[in-house]
Amino acid sequence: MRPLTLRRLLLQCLILVAILIFVVVVAMKFGAVPVSLYAFGRDLLRYLFGQTSQISSDYGLILWNIRLPRILLAIIVGASLSVAGTSFQALLRNPLADPYVLGVSSGASVGAILALIAAPYLALPPVLSGLLTPLGAFLGAAATIAAVYFLGRREGVIDSNTLLLAGVITASFLYAIIMFLMSTVTSGNTRGMAFWLMGNLSTSYQKSVFWFLGIGFFIAAGAIYTTATDLNLLLAGEKEAMHLGVDVPRVRLVVYIAASFLTGLAVSVSGSIAYVGLIVPHVMRLIFGSDHRTLLPTTALGGAIAVVFADTLARTVVAPTELAVGAVTAIVGAPLFIYLLRRGAS
Amino acid sequence: MSSGPAFARNASDTVRSSADARLSVEQVSYAYSANPSQAPLFTLEATSFQAKPGEVVAILGPNASGKSTLLKLITGALAPLSGRILLNGFVTHSLTPRTRAQRIAVVQQESVLLFPSRVWEFVLQGRHAHGRSLRFESDDDLLIAKNALAQVRAADLSDRSMDQISGGEKQRVILARALAQQPLLLLLDEPTLHLDIAAQVDLLHTLRRLAAENRYTVVVVTHELNLAAEYADQVVLMQRGRCLRVGPPSSIYQRELLEQVFQTPLTVELGPSGRPRVTVLSDRQ
Repeated sequence: MRPLTLRRLLLQCLILVAILIFVVVVAMKFGAVPVSLYAFGRDLLRYLFGQTSQISSDYGLILWNIRLPRILLAIIVGASLSVAGTSFQALLRNPLADPYVLGVSSGASVGAILALIAAPYLALPPVLSGLLTPLGAFLGAAATIAAVYFLGRREGVIDSNTLLLAGVITASFLYAIIMFLMSTVTSGNTRGMAFWLMGNLSTSYQKSVFWFLGIGFFIAAGAIYTTATDLNLLLAGEKEAMHLGVDVPRVRLVVYIAASFLTGLAVSVSGSIAYVGLIVPHVMRLIFGSDHRTLLPTTALGGAIAVVFADTLARTVVAPTELAVGAVTAIVGAPLFIYLLRRGAS
Repeated sequence: MSSGPAFARNASDTVRSSADARLSVEQVSYAYSANPSQAPLFTLEATSFQAKPGEVVAILGPNASGKSTLLKLITGALAPLSGRILLNGFVTHSLTPRTRAQRIAVVQQESVLLFPSRVWEFVLQGRHAHGRSLRFESDDDLLIAKNALAQVRAADLSDRSMDQISGGEKQRVILARALAQQPLLLLLDEPTLHLDIAAQVDLLHTLRRLAAENRYTVVVVTHELNLAAEYADQVVLMQRGRCLRVGPPSSIYQRELLEQVFQTPLTVELGPSGRPRVTVLSDRQ
């Protein structure tokens, strides 16, 4: 017996935090304009000691105003999508559940686009209209996962294959709606089609958006984390979990709302980045096991690492132009999905 | 174990139907229908029986006789249409899932795992209802899980993976998880279904021993007439949603009654242990 202790959990997280810091440094260094590690370290020290006036202005601009916000965005988006993926996998008892595969990301996109279209007509104060997009994305995500859940049931039980088919069909239906909205509505800033379909981290946001994202992430992920041991039991089936003392309807509701919220959060600022919620939980499960007390924090950190890394590739591989970050994650994620599907079938 | 003062409080709620009964099923009925406006597809007519600590009760009957429905009612997962089920004086259906899991352990036919865990992790799941929602297992939990594994003679399986042990071993581990819940009432739904004969006998023998040692009340739903006769103190005989008779095996195991219930010719004789033994006759004889 080797039960989980707080010390081991913290140690595992610490290792991942170290890797994340390393990846962030790499991401700061590489880009269309190369920054030497020496210059970066020097500027970082100056920044820490408050000697900001000595930092050369274009380096400062590139590092602090362009790359760092983008990296922060990648961290929050990666963590949100991975925690959402882990939660959907436990909730639907399907290792292939992922916000993108199930069409939840597309649902969030539709919600966000509708919110962007509606915003100019509502004449809300700027603070509220900024929240309208994530709210729309959340509602879109929640409606989609509910629809997929009911479509994926056969005789009252969730069937793995039916669920995946329902997700794929729902996603293609929602793509059509996205295309329809994008080609008919010209008003306002609805961003590009590629943004919603493939995902992109290049949009710049105000500081307040980052605060909202960060706080939103911690509240939703924290709510899911309070059900970590319940999710462990839920993997064995709802009836069995109930017999072991899990308040199944309550846990289902908390996780359903929080995971939809996390998906909406990520999609409203970065579009649909594919397969992150599938790859990261799977890799973390292989390394750290399937106990959600470990899995949830490690997938959050792993997701942050994965998306920062993928975005650095997206920025640099074909520089000075950019790939969509979703293209990078899909190149890794789609084969993995096929592998998992084949393995599950045998 | 976990019984004792916690159940003595609230004396006003406590109803003594029988002085020393732990489980008391009182005139319980149930109706299942797919659509409320239609006639029910299945009904369970008023059923009553009582069981003391340390007693093994077998619920017997052919398919669709209402055995599993009765078991679900006892777990508290279903609410009876009329009547009530009391465990130490508390109505099982109105307990919260957490409290219920501290007092009632259910062993299902099969446990399907999405991501196979280690045996010890699986057994520790039984401690879930005794801890707060988010916490790490205490030394007590580990000790209880270890003891539970030892009680079903599966201590050596502790570090194996759940998908690498045999069907009989798996059934013992599932039983160990139920023991880790430290329940008052142990419910088993056809636990012998996928087991070979040696494992079946072993399981029921273990149940008998545990009931005596830990003072559990054990309720088993089963098809195995002879195993029930050998190991049960009381038998509840069911047919088409009706409880036909409740009593010790010697009073239930009568040729005409069993032939009528199971719709097959059979003979009943006294086995070497002094308990009845059923031989099913094929039609040609």
